[in-house]
Amino acid sequence: MKLSALHQSYLSRRSNSFRSSGPLDSASDAGYKSSAAVFWLILHGLCCLISLVLGFRFSRLVFFLLFSTSSSNLYTPPLRSAAELAKTLDVHSVQSTNPVANTLQLPLPNKTATNSRVIVGRHGIRIRPWPHPDPVEVMKAHQILERVQKEQRLQFGVKDPRTVIAVTPTYVRTFQALHLTGVMHSLMVVPYDLIWIVMEAGGVSQETASLIAKSGLKTIHVGFNQRMPNSWDERHRLESKMRLHALRIVREKKLDGIVMFADDSNMHSLELFDEIQNVKWFGAVSVGILTTSTNSAESLDRKEDEENPRMPIQGPACNASNMLAGWHTFNILPFAGKHAVNIDDRLTVLPRKLEWSGFVLNSRLLWKGGEDKPEWIKDIDMLDGDVESPLGLVTDPSVVEPLGSCGRQVLLWWLRVEARTDSKFPPRWVIDPPLDITIPSKRTPWPDAPPELPAKEKPEMGIQDPIVKHATKTRTSRSKHRSKRKHETRTDTQASTRHAEQN
Amino acid sequence: MGKWLQAFLFIAFASSIAAERNPRTERISGSAGDVLEDDPVGRLKVYVYELPSKYNKKILQKDPRCLSHMFAAEIYMHRFLLSSPVRTLNPEEADWFYTPIYATCDLTPTGLPLPFKSPRMVRSAIQLISSSWPYWNRTEGADHFFVVPHDFGPCFHYQEEKAIKRGILPILQRATLVQTFGQRNHVCLKDGSITIPPYAPPQKMQARKIPLNTPRSIFVYFRGLFYDVNNDPEGGYYARGARAAVWENFKNNPLFDISTEHPTTYYEDMQRAVFCLCPLGWAPWSPRLVEAVVFGCIPVIIADDIVLPFADAIPWEEIGVFVAEEDVHKLDTILTSIPPKVILRKQRLLANPSMKRAMLFPQPALPGDAFHQILNGLARKLPHQKSIYLKPGEKILNWTAGPVGDLKPW
Repeated sequence: MKLSALHQSYLSRRSNSFRSSGPLDSASDAGYKSSAAVFWLILHGLCCLISLVLGFRFSRLVFFLLFSTSSSNLYTPPLRSAAELAKTLDVHSVQSTNPVANTLQLPLPNKTATNSRVIVGRHGIRIRPWPHPDPVEVMKAHQILERVQKEQRLQFGVKDPRTVIAVTPTYVRTFQALHLTGVMHSLMVVPYDLIWIVMEAGGVSQETASLIAKSGLKTIHVGFNQRMPNSWDERHRLESKMRLHALRIVREKKLDGIVMFADDSNMHSLELFDEIQNVKWFGAVSVGILTTSTNSAESLDRKEDEENPRMPIQGPACNASNMLAGWHTFNILPFAGKHAVNIDDRLTVLPRKLEWSGFVLNSRLLWKGGEDKPEWIKDIDMLDGDVESPLGLVTDPSVVEPLGSCGRQVLLWWLRVEARTDSKFPPRWVIDPPLDITIPSKRTPWPDAPPELPAKEKPEMGIQDPIVKHATKTRTSRSKHRSKRKHETRTDTQASTRHAEQN
Repeated sequence: MGKWLQAFLFIAFASSIAAERNPRTERISGSAGDVLEDDPVGRLKVYVYELPSKYNKKILQKDPRCLSHMFAAEIYMHRFLLSSPVRTLNPEEADWFYTPIYATCDLTPTGLPLPFKSPRMVRSAIQLISSSWPYWNRTEGADHFFVVPHDFGPCFHYQEEKAIKRGILPILQRATLVQTFGQRNHVCLKDGSITIPPYAPPQKMQARKIPLNTPRSIFVYFRGLFYDVNNDPEGGYYARGARAAVWENFKNNPLFDISTEHPTTYYEDMQRAVFCLCPLGWAPWSPRLVEAVVFGCIPVIIADDIVLPFADAIPWEEIGVFVAEEDVHKLDTILTSIPPKVILRKQRLLANPSMKRAMLFPQPALPGDAFHQILNGLARKLPHQKSIYLKPGEKILNWTAGPVGDLKPW
């Protein structure tokens, strides 16, 4: 940066001494009426033609060789004052045997004695014939990066990392694969030991089990006999019960580590897992609440009215001395009456005042009869009723440790997006047997294309096809997110679009 | 008895475990030894000439930009010496004599120093000290040192060919020169000169530090010009074609984060990179080296025959990667073939705080910083040989040598 500024203004001061200042140019400026000038002009034109053929400006080369009294500054070797010692001659040759493409190949003089190996003057720009990355080298570079990052973690990361115990309540529904895969991938990348407790409402199912099995993590898959109800309130309550059950499992198995609640539709950042390693007993992080609303115009209006049209955050609030002073909770008032009650409602889904996912606890708090367990933790077995948030597990909420630079960092995001309860999806998301009926759409985007061609089509790969409507399995998934609707149309003879779009 | 044995074994075991933990940094020892942390106080005495303020203060008053550009070392060195314990007010006991001339403070409107008046200024200053004090004539400047941080140092020109033609200012032939420019077998680098890093603002760099556990995910990082379109549009002259070669060969390589942009996160990005390119420009040295060292990014130095700062105290081959200009097109092969163990060792050496301190000019001065390294370098040249003291009437320097323009008074 500095160097660029430095040399940019050298324009006005720099003389053009290093430009080709052979007699040619000066002569052409001089009287062009003289025959010598004409001769030079013709010679110049000839040289230009030859240069065109050869591909580089050889005029300087010629003039140097002809008028080699070193009047041109191009190849002036650095002159040494007489007082300096004479060093051995070693002309640094720019033109080595490397394969070079489209550069100025100007040979350097090897006749004048120089004392420096580095020549001042014009050099060629070496470009290798295939200036693109070599995949083997790219792999090596990534291995180097991995090793460097591992070392960084060893030195500056958490010392003695503890196992992360992730608790996820889930149940089989259309969006389960979407959400659970997201959580699964986040957990797979966590650099610490991990135990994943998956609580499933409605009993253990093959769908969930097959999804989880792909993770390669240590999982504990437990079924819960109740089915997931349809209203959000009851859903939250059942999830809380499932989480308590998971905590009981932690207690039974005496799992050692840090318990965090990874709801299957949440998004976690990897810094979250680094940050929760700092918890001593009971900690809280800030959660960003992503509330969705169907009518974007409505939400825009609302945004203008509010003073803080920002994403609501739930989490600990600190005072100036970085001590826990209170809680940021979710403000339900703007959504009064306009929030979703049942899963099928196309309205905003609201979180509870304080979501479970914003809290982490040391699993030793849950063990029976721990020696140095603090007194403020309630015994889980004593808890009978509904525990709305993990704060119900402690008698004194001021003991909670705020994490993530005292709640200033948002480390995870809460979101609830679900399809309609009556929406169906192919089991395990495999279209088997392959679809065999296609019904062309009535309205094709190409007016020229023949409208109806009821051909029998057997698509080879079920997954790569756009979703075609067929008699056996209909899918009218309606999500609260209207933004992502892909119109996939085939350019074949049959035009088939998603029938769902027309609803 | 058994209890003592147990206790002893336990202590031995514990200490061995402690010793096995990865050390974060490594000691730096160059060819001069473990000298980065040497304290020069008591090892030398420096006498600072009192020159009229037209040589220093008035120039600075005219243009305070001189305090923040990369040649500001000359000004800060003066200020440091004025209040340093090595300063002596008695010139008879001084080992070294310092002449405070701010020769690099004649700036263009865009902030670049013009060196055209500097030779006359230095000449006039030396005429003054040789007539007012006897110490210059005693040795003809062999125990004097000057700070000349400009592009080609004591050659006082920004264009290399012109600088070479001028050569070192004749009256400075016997003095010790403290300069940023360093290239082996070059006219403008005298034997016995001390090479220093260019000035980089320490507070600005400190303020932009990011947490050390941020993973280094950029493999190679560089921001700067590849072609100097104003002065050398075709390429081949600027940086001897090396920067253009880097661009042409690696512009499509995702491992190389190189561009000419000026991002606001330049310092932060350097801290997220493993290698930082430090190629030559019009002159071989660059503040990028200082920035790379401070931010823990391994410097990849592409400048043939360059002499790096404090080369006798800092083992640059073990800290940085040197790539010959003719090998630039193979840069990716070279860098990926460095074994990870070597890379980790280089990072450990860079993490040494004495290494970072030695590259900076903090105000006020801290122990081990660049000011102290300069003094250490001067102290290592002591004691002066008897031969530098001239017999009365003997003259070695030719006061009328050099271009005619230099002889005019300033």
